[in-house]
Amino acid sequence: MTALLEVEDLRVAYGKIEAVKGISFKVEEGEVVTLIGTNGAGKTTTLRTLSGLIKPLTGQIKFNGKSLRKVPAHQVVSLGLAHSPEGRHIFPRMSIEDNLRLGAFLRKDSDGINKDIQRAYDLFPILGERRKQASGTLSGGEQQMLAMGRALMSQPKLLMLDEPSMGLSPIMMQKIMATITELRAQGTTILLVEQNAQAALSLANHAHVMEVGNIVLSGTGQDLLHDDSVRKAYLGED
Amino acid sequence: MTTTQTTTVTAPAPATPATRGSLLPPHIARATATAGGALTVVSAFLAWTWTSAFPGDLTVYGYPGGLQWLVLVSGALLTLFGLSSYGIKGLNWLTPQGADPAIRLAAYAAFATAWFTIGAISTKLGGAVNLEPGAYVALAATLIGWLGARSLPYERPETSPADPDDSAFDQFKHNLSNRWSVYKGTLATTPAPPAKTLPSYIEILIVAVVLALGLAVFTYGITTEYDQLFIGFLITAGFGFAAIQKAGLIQRVSTLTARHRNVTLVGAFVAAAAFPFTQSDDQYATIGVNILIFATVALGLNIVVGLAGLLDLGYVAFLGVGAYAAALVSGSPTSPLGIQLPFWQAILVGATASMVFGVLIGAPTLRLRGDYLAIVTLGFGEIFRIAVLNLDGTSGPDVTNGSNGISSIPNLTMFGFDFGATHTIAGFTIGRFANYFFLMLLVTLVVVVVFRRSAESRIGRAWVAIREDETAAEAMGINGFRTKLIAFALGATLAGLAGAVQAHVTYTVTPEQYQFAHAVPPNSAFLLAAVVLGGMGTISGPLVGGALLFLIPAKLQFMSDYQLFAFGLALVLLMRFRPEGLIANRRRQLEFHEKDEAPATLTKAGA
Ligand SMILES: Nc1ncnc2c1ncn2[C@@H]1O[C@H](COP(=O)(O)OP(=O)(O)O)[C@@H](O)[C@H]1O
Ligand SMILES: [Mg+2]
Repeated sequence: MTALLEVEDLRVAYGKIEAVKGISFKVEEGEVVTLIGTNGAGKTTTLRTLSGLIKPLTGQIKFNGKSLRKVPAHQVVSLGLAHSPEGRHIFPRMSIEDNLRLGAFLRKDSDGINKDIQRAYDLFPILGERRKQASGTLSGGEQQMLAMGRALMSQPKLLMLDEPSMGLSPIMMQKIMATITELRAQGTTILLVEQNAQAALSLANHAHVMEVGNIVLSGTGQDLLHDDSVRKAYLGED
Repeated sequence: MTTTQTTTVTAPAPATPATRGSLLPPHIARATATAGGALTVVSAFLAWTWTSAFPGDLTVYGYPGGLQWLVLVSGALLTLFGLSSYGIKGLNWLTPQGADPAIRLAAYAAFATAWFTIGAISTKLGGAVNLEPGAYVALAATLIGWLGARSLPYERPETSPADPDDSAFDQFKHNLSNRWSVYKGTLATTPAPPAKTLPSYIEILIVAVVLALGLAVFTYGITTEYDQLFIGFLITAGFGFAAIQKAGLIQRVSTLTARHRNVTLVGAFVAAAAFPFTQSDDQYATIGVNILIFATVALGLNIVVGLAGLLDLGYVAFLGVGAYAAALVSGSPTSPLGIQLPFWQAILVGATASMVFGVLIGAPTLRLRGDYLAIVTLGFGEIFRIAVLNLDGTSGPDVTNGSNGISSIPNLTMFGFDFGATHTIAGFTIGRFANYFFLMLLVTLVVVVVFRRSAESRIGRAWVAIREDETAAEAMGINGFRTKLIAFALGATLAGLAGAVQAHVTYTVTPEQYQFAHAVPPNSAFLLAAVVLGGMGTISGPLVGGALLFLIPAKLQFMSDYQLFAFGLALVLLMRFRPEGLIANRRRQLEFHEKDEAPATLTKAGA
C-alpha cells in the first residue's frame, strides 16, 4: 500500500539560497508525523511547498497517488490537503464563524458545513462562545484553535500544522497538544511541524529531525524521544 | 407595549465631576444650554440687518430668511436635545446614547452658523454697523448656548503632563494630543439601551420619514443659491449630523434600515426620483445627474477598492472607455464610425469595451502583489487620455477626434420618449437633465443591486478574504488571481455603463474629462476620495461621499483655485481623525480603532 503523502528528494530555494536540500519522507494514513528542528531548518518551507505556495526546484510530491508539483495553491486544498500556516494567518477582521466558513470555501453542502462548524465548536468551546466576535480580538492560543478549526473545515485527508504551539503559554500549549491527540484518536492524519520537540515527539508515530535543509535523523516518536543526541540538542538535557 | 423605558438620561458620573472648564454647576449648565437654544430659535425670527443687499432678506421681523433658517434649525436641535436631557416624557427617544454630547455638538452648530452668518453680513455690507439688534440677540443666544454646553459635566480622560525635558515641539505635540483626547472625552457616549420593538409598519414609516428628511436636506443643499448659504448649510449639516449621530439616532435608524433593507432601497430610490419633481426648472437637475454619475462610478470603484482591496488609481479611464465607446456608436457627426445604435446596444458596447480593457489591464498585473497594481493603473489612466488625444488623424489613426473630442452627441430616444425635450408629467415640468437623471438613476440602481448581491455572495466573501490575507485565502482554496480579476473587470464594466449615459448627458466627450486629478470631478483622485471619505465597503458611503465631493466644488466656485489644496487638506484631516470614512462599515471600524471604541461584535458588511 502506498502512503498518503510521499515526498522524495525535495529541494526548494529562495533565489540562490537553498532552504530545503533534498529531503524524503512519508506520511501514512491515520498517523501523526512530525518534523522537528531549530529555527531556519526549513520546516516551514517544506510545508509551504507541499501546499503549493512555493515551487520546488526538484523532487517528487505524491499526495493520494497524485503529483502535487504542478498544482496551484488554491487547488491543493480541494485535493484534501489543508494547511494551518505558521503565524496562524486567520482573517482578523472577520468573525470567528466567518473564518470557519471560509475554511469550507470549496464545499457546497451547507448542512455538512454547519455540522462541521458545530464540530469545531465542540472541539474548541471557546470559539463557540465567541462565534460573532472579530477573530483579531482573540488571544494567541484561541487564534491557533481557530486556525486549526478552519483548516479542518475543508475535511482534509491530511492536516498540516505549522508550529501550533508557537508563542503560547504552557497551559495553552498543553490544550493545543491535547487537541491534536484527540484529532489523532478520531483518525485524522496529521503532519506536525514543531520546535517544541518534547510535546511533538510524545504524540507522533514517526518523526524526522531537520537541520539546515536536511533530514538528519528519523524514527518513531518514542525512539527519538529517547535518543541521546535528540535529548541533548532539542530537549535541553546534557 | 406598556413597558416604560428606563430613563437613560446621562446621569453624569457623580464620582468624577467635571474639573476644569466648568464655569457653571451641571444643572445650571443644562438649563443655560437649553435656554440658549430656545433664544436662538427666537432670534431667527428677528431682523438681523437693515438692507436686503445681503442675500436671503434677513430684514423681516416675524419670518426667518436665508441663513436664519439654518440658525433656526440648529437652535431647535439644541433646544430639543436640552429638553430631552431633562427626561421629559415623549422626548426621551431623541437621545438614546445620552444627551450631553449631542447638546454640545448642537450648540456648536448654532454658534458656528450664527456667528458665521453675522460675520458674512458684516463683511459683505462693510461693517458691523449694518447689523440690527436681532443679530446681537442671535450672537448672545448662541454664545449662551455654547457656554452652557461647554460647562456640562464629562468624564475627563487621564492625561499625562508633557515631559519638560522634551523639545518644545514635542511638548506642543503632547499637549495637543492631550487636548484632543479631552475633547473626545467630552463627546463620549453611553451605549444605547435596546430599542423598544415597534410594529413593522411604524418602523417602515420611520424609515420613510427619514428618507423624506434626507431628500429635503439634499434638495436644500443642492439648491442653495449663494456661497454664504451653502457654507452655512455645510456648517449646520456637519455639526447637526454629528449631534444626531452622538445622540444615537443614526444607530437607531440604521437598525431599522438593516431590518427593512429592501423597503429602504426602494424608498431611497423613490426619494431620489422625487428630486426632479421638487424643481421648477432644469437648473439643479444638471447637478443632480452629474452627482449621480459621479457617485455611481464611485460605488463601482468601491467594489475594486473597498471589497477586494485593489488600489486602482486610473479608474476614471474606464468611465472614459465607456463614454467614448458609446459616443462612437451614437450617430454623432464627428464619430468616424458614423453609425447610430439604439441606446440599449450602445450601453452594452460601452460596458463591454470597459470590461475588455479591465481584463486587459488586470490580467498581467493582478498576478503581482502589492503596489504594482496602483502604479500600472495610474499609468493606464494617463495612457488612455494621451492615446485618445493622439487618435486624431494626425498623430495616429482618426478614431477619437483628438482634443476636440466627439461632440454633438445626439439625445436619446427610447420608446418614443425624447430625452432632449421637456416633458410635462402630472403638471410638473421635466427638462432634459431631469430625463437623464431618471435614466442615470436606473443605472445607479443596477450598480447598487450588483454591489449588494456580489458583496453577499461567495465571490464577495472571497474578495474580503483576499483583501485581509491573500496567503490564507489561497490556502482556503480561493483562486486569488481569478477573484481579483473578477472584481477588477466588474468594476470596469459598471464604470462603462455610467460612461455610456454620461456621453449623452454632456453632449461631448473629450480627453480632458478623464484625468487623474483635476479641479472638477469626476477624476480618479476624486473618485478614490469619494470612496475613502464615504466609507470603504459600504453602499451609502460612496454615494454620500460622491455627492459631497461633487457638490462642494460645484457650489463654491470662488474656491476653484484652491480646490485641490483644500481637497488634499480635507483628506489628510479625515485620515487622521476618521479613517473609516463618514459611513463606517463595522468591520472597517474595527480595523482602524482596534484599541478604543471598536464594537466587539460584527454585522454583515455594507450599510
Ligand atoms: N521568503 C524567504 N526568502 C528568503 N529566504 C527565506 C524565506 N523564508 C525563509 N527563508 C530562509 O529559508 C531557511 C528556512 O526557513 P524556514 O523554512 O522558515 O525554517 P523553519 O520553519 O524551520 O524555521 C532560513 O534560512 C530562512 O532564512
Ligand atoms: Mg517555521
